[in-house]
Amino acid sequence: MPRPADPGRPARLPRFTPAERWAHRATATLMMTCVITAAFLYLPQLAVLVGRRRLLVVVHEWAGLLLPVPVLVGLASRALRRDLGRLNRFAPYDWDWLRAALRRSHRRRAGKFNAGQKVFAGWIAGAALVMLGTGLLMWFTDLSPLSWRVGASFVHDWLALAVGVVVAGHVWMASKDPGARLGMRTGSVDPLWATAEHPEWDPYEDEEADEEPDAESAAR
Amino acid sequence: MNDNPPTSGTPIGRRLVLGMLGLGAAGVAAGPVLQRAVGSVISAVSRQDPTGLTGLLPDSGGFEYYSVTGAVDAPTDYRLTVDGLVDKPASYALADLQALPQHRIVHDVQCVTGWRVPGTPFEGVKLADLLDAAGVRSGATAVKFSCFDGTYRESLTLDQARRDDVLVALRMQDKPVTHDHGGPVRLYVAPMYFYKSAKWLSGITLTSTVERGYWEDFGYDTDAWVGKSNGRDDAPTS
Repeated sequence: MPRPADPGRPARLPRFTPAERWAHRATATLMMTCVITAAFLYLPQLAVLVGRRRLLVVVHEWAGLLLPVPVLVGLASRALRRDLGRLNRFAPYDWDWLRAALRRSHRRRAGKFNAGQKVFAGWIAGAALVMLGTGLLMWFTDLSPLSWRVGASFVHDWLALAVGVVVAGHVWMASKDPGARLGMRTGSVDPLWATAEHPEWDPYEDEEADEEPDAESAAR
Repeated sequence: MNDNPPTSGTPIGRRLVLGMLGLGAAGVAAGPVLQRAVGSVISAVSRQDPTGLTGLLPDSGGFEYYSVTGAVDAPTDYRLTVDGLVDKPASYALADLQALPQHRIVHDVQCVTGWRVPGTPFEGVKLADLLDAAGVRSGATAVKFSCFDGTYRESLTLDQARRDDVLVALRMQDKPVTHDHGGPVRLYVAPMYFYKSAKWLSGITLTSTVERGYWEDFGYDTDAWVGKSNGRDDAPTS
């Protein structure tokens, strides 16, 4: 449970460091560039509006190539590495969270990230790597035999549709949750929001781990 | 410590990433087969779909809109010029082209990016007829095409240009060529990938050497026979 604000503690709880927020912002910008250029390349109704096919292709290719860079650069940040670790690992209550989400129940336990965020993070990371790989096969046509390129464009086209839907879902969730947006925008959140949405999250866990070098091994 | 330490718990995130990579690789390997199967279902559905929404799915079997410039304005006074190494340079209005003998041919259209539209009728003047009317001079070996979008250009060798299945097309799918499809007048080179069939045709120039087209400057083949160029093995269209 987040501790009540005691003297010396800020009224808002620290959630994301500047490095994490900039990695998120840069990734979001590149992702939206990919999605928007893809829509204008792919949907005839939009393609008619802008044309300029070569320019759109070049912007799309480079935005896609750069998509993993913000997170890779962000790995230099210990906070970002720790949060990736949290996103990776499922606790028992995460399975309960998914079951509760399916039943539309609102009594859901969660750590710093809920199970939905964990599933989204893993899926979108894998999908982005597949889009990057298939995109490179189509970009550099000399790399592979024709059947690979046919397969790559098949995967790229259909997965693009899925990525579009999933990213729209991510934005939709954020649009309904001002408390979460505040965390990503400013780096800190309202303690009441944290208690309601992430009851298992201890915002000062990392500081304590840094103060006591053997805290992590003791927790195993 | 209340929060779940990052080092324990099931690594679901890693499994999702690896699972997606595995699915992606399987999709690439099975793609050619899957594309044929999915494409035939989607195109069958989209032909009967009054909303047109399924036409937006991949492999739904229609034409896609490609333009290399921004908005292309429809000309108020369309002219097609024939010049270069010719005895009688000419300038045709749309009505002049419509008054010449028309030819209708039906072939599949194959784009180099993979989509194919079966049995598409094109109708218009044979390019060979326009070349004969202009009187090609002896030094000419190639034909350059320019377009009123201001950017696109294409070319053919003189032998390719004289083929019966190369038209200056005024009609497509038994309707006047629409603006989005390159109307009022576009080139149609039936045996080659569709990027050779320049849209918004405005100029035909006889030249002494082949000048590469727009996409050919980005690595596409100049002799773009369907199934025998660009590293592809599609069935020939003509």
